[in-house]
Amino acid sequence: MTNHYIDFRNSDVILNMGSNVAENHPVSFKWVQAAKDKGALFIHVDPRFTRTSTKADIFVRLRSGTDIAFLGGMIKYILDNNLYDEFYVKNYTNTSFIVNPNYSFDDGLFSGYDPNKRAYDQKTWALEKDENGIPKRDISLQDPRCVFQLLKKHYSRYTLEKVTQITGTPADDLLKVYKAYSSTGGPDKAGTILYAMGWTQHTVGVQNIRTMSMIQLLLGNMGIAGGGVNALRGESNVQGSTDHALLFHILPGYLPTPRAQWATLEDYNKTTPASKDPRSANWWKNRPKYIISFLKSMYGDKATKDNDFGYSWMPKLDPTQDASWLNLFDEMYKGAFTGFFAWGMNPACSSANAGKVRQAMAKLNWMVNVNVFDSETGSFWKGPGMNPKKIKTEVFQLPCAAFLEKEGSISNSGRWMQWRYKAANPPGVAKPDGDIMYELFKKVRALYEKDKGAFSEPILNLKWDYETHGHFDIHKVAKDVNGYDLSAGKLMASFAGLKDDGTTSSGNWLYCASYTEAGNMAARRKKGDPTGLGLYPEWSWCWPVNRRIIYNRASVDLDGNPRDSKRVILKWDAAVKKWTGDVPDGGWPPMGKEGFYPFIMKPDGVASIFGPGLKDGPFPEHYEPLECPIEKNLMSGQRINPVIKIFEGGPDTFKTCDPRYPFVCSTYRVTEHWQTGVLTRWLPWLIEAEPQVFCEMSLELAKLRGIKNGEKVVVETPRGKIWAVAIVTSRLKPFNIAGNTIHQIGVPWHFGWIHPKDGGDSANLLTPTIGDPNTMIPESKAFMANVSKLNQQPAKKS
Amino acid sequence: MKITRRTFLKISGATAAGTVMGGLGFDLTPAEVYAQELRIKGAKETTSICCYCSVGCGIIVHTDTKGKVINAEGDPDHPISEGALCAKGASSYQIAVNSNRLQKVLYRAPYSAAWKEVKWEWALEKIAANIKKSRDASFMQKNAQGQVVNRANGIASVGSAAMDNEECWLYQKFLRALGIIYIEHQARI
Repeated sequence: MTNHYIDFRNSDVILNMGSNVAENHPVSFKWVQAAKDKGALFIHVDPRFTRTSTKADIFVRLRSGTDIAFLGGMIKYILDNNLYDEFYVKNYTNTSFIVNPNYSFDDGLFSGYDPNKRAYDQKTWALEKDENGIPKRDISLQDPRCVFQLLKKHYSRYTLEKVTQITGTPADDLLKVYKAYSSTGGPDKAGTILYAMGWTQHTVGVQNIRTMSMIQLLLGNMGIAGGGVNALRGESNVQGSTDHALLFHILPGYLPTPRAQWATLEDYNKTTPASKDPRSANWWKNRPKYIISFLKSMYGDKATKDNDFGYSWMPKLDPTQDASWLNLFDEMYKGAFTGFFAWGMNPACSSANAGKVRQAMAKLNWMVNVNVFDSETGSFWKGPGMNPKKIKTEVFQLPCAAFLEKEGSISNSGRWMQWRYKAANPPGVAKPDGDIMYELFKKVRALYEKDKGAFSEPILNLKWDYETHGHFDIHKVAKDVNGYDLSAGKLMASFAGLKDDGTTSSGNWLYCASYTEAGNMAARRKKGDPTGLGLYPEWSWCWPVNRRIIYNRASVDLDGNPRDSKRVILKWDAAVKKWTGDVPDGGWPPMGKEGFYPFIMKPDGVASIFGPGLKDGPFPEHYEPLECPIEKNLMSGQRINPVIKIFEGGPDTFKTCDPRYPFVCSTYRVTEHWQTGVLTRWLPWLIEAEPQVFCEMSLELAKLRGIKNGEKVVVETPRGKIWAVAIVTSRLKPFNIAGNTIHQIGVPWHFGWIHPKDGGDSANLLTPTIGDPNTMIPESKAFMANVSKLNQQPAKKS
Repeated sequence: MKITRRTFLKISGATAAGTVMGGLGFDLTPAEVYAQELRIKGAKETTSICCYCSVGCGIIVHTDTKGKVINAEGDPDHPISEGALCAKGASSYQIAVNSNRLQKVLYRAPYSAAWKEVKWEWALEKIAANIKKSRDASFMQKNAQGQVVNRANGIASVGSAAMDNEECWLYQKFLRALGIIYIEHQARI
């Protein structure tokens, strides 16, 4: 999130699209209600009517997978009716920048497409620079090659008629939403977007979010109280686990993972973003300080200037290698791995095409599964269709402590790092995850001390000294994550002091300032609220440097005066030359005519309405899901996103516009369960409330298929099938898509064969192996399925 | 009429299903407070944050004098949740008090149809030996183009957003020290 949960209450218009906030983030809904109590308008856009919709002032439906068409129409509406925030757009975005003359867009393809590689050469998407290397601009926004004019042209195609045909949303409904949301274009109005997996789990997931980000920029809603782009993340610490880089492509603090072409630290540091514009702060120019401080936290005294601070000990990816989830399990299926850790995860139910994952795990020599309860992953070898006698995989199931049985911090979606204390001992011999990995590494190191084996340097030189009185001490790790001034032997006060000469350490620069000489900032519980906007700056701590609303310098005018006098998060006090309010995005004086631009993490200092850098284009474009109900994309000749990686063969099949799989299907969540259900299916209260997998369908579809409410049905795709209890409901309604009736169904994905016995299995047995080209997040929200009555067993002959 | 707890119980016991209690014309608060005290009397309070979604609601966990979890409820001081919890958070004490918890280290040998209980020491040593074997056998110092990569191709890891920040950071340190590059977790899906 750019903002935080309490900040919802500061909005004038809240759009909830791609999530179901009332049911899946229930307690945060009180802040939506608080906004409504003050007169805010609440809009819900979703294929399904949910409890969120019941509280919406405006609820409209759209076909799953058509969000870019829906929002592209909103961009057109904003531009056609001059509803954008002109000051903001001209000063704080790249709307006035000039694009390369060879940039073009034709029939669904941007310039530079190579159909054989299914990839773009992005050269022609570049922004033009002058002789000093500074981007060229036309502040009048009239140049036909400026971003504003290209934007207008691109979205001129998203007419109401076209959008309605694609989304199935009636034109009147579209207009209602467009009109309400674009009312936030004035500087004294704030609009916010709450989204979740309903936007990410698509083959156009990143561009879904980008489309809305562009709308937020056009309306001047970014960097302000009551605004921003707010992901409602699904796990209590998925923010923190991402920040700390349990992902193949990043190191902690969003530093790129070393790759083979960057052989030395010097090569690596050459990738540091550069800007020739003296008005761009280009904060990422500090990357060398952050990587070297990180390496110091990895290898301690063993990381020296002479050995590149141990850079050569870090594993390197091949130049363009993608080791993300879907590829990982594809490799596992092909037998590439002998060993596997499923640590606090249940991929046998959580992965797209889970049937493939279950088969893949049988190809391992060994697997370590760490969890609080038994799961379909740890016990995969005795699951449906598995014969243990034929499965070689050695499995270790290690019992770990639950959240209230250990100490440590987690980061919520609003980037608040909150400390938790230990309330009780874990049961039996269960231990905290930290203790398990700490002990395990010591065992590995002992083996390498005895018998060197392959490239033992990183193992023998790792800084692994997190004990107090012979016991693992989580505070020592927390302090290493924050980092030290190694010369003074003191904890760092903030990342502004990190250096690239090896005299500082920081495990994650974004968390530098979280645990300082003043104490554990995440454990703070003071409730002062000086701005009156609910920032609570002394409750816990948030990254970066306790800044509660990021990009906040975009909330003021060129002189540092708040553009919205009702919601003052930042103000320049010219008398004392200081900012008051939130922690500013850089403490420099206001932008004025010569100062720094507000978007300090962007090389150009401004936000990108035109966004070169993504794999599928600088402007979001509507493409159909991999599996869709219509043969032709009504927007262009490209049916699907032209750069997605297609997995085919073996368990990877897909069928589009196939009468055997006629219904659009989405997976989703219910309030009483969480993710694959490992932490909810075993809880008596929760499993009593939601005991079985179900399939929601409209009255019309139920009639068509002769299905009654409460009957068991089979939901089937080319990948697999599950049974489910039919919920026949008017919450779903058929769509009219370009004159055809299209039905939508939905299945929650919290269930699995292991418990309860009659609860059903994972909805991910149905989903395809396909991902967004930028993130490789699977498309679990839009695929095609069939639903039919579960056949009765044929009567036995007498 | 002075209502003591005893007379209150008599009255409430005499009313059908308690639905008319509000109509008795007296304040139930003292009795409710007393009942609440009974449940958590002498209990120790520990503050925590909910383990489910990403809202980060405050939870107070009550433990009895023996250290057993007896209750978990919303933390009224927490600025985001203000004492509220959803169905999941409100049930979270059942994670701690649950006979189905994994409490033993379990091992499944190749081709076996059953778990076997083992000791931590034995399991960790065997896992460490497996790691070394897989790592040494699959270690690649240079790729096909002759570039130095120093990585262990034969091991992969998924997880976990369910861990604390410090554990996540430590886990990536552990994995990267081994040379593992296939590192993924919940954020990708």
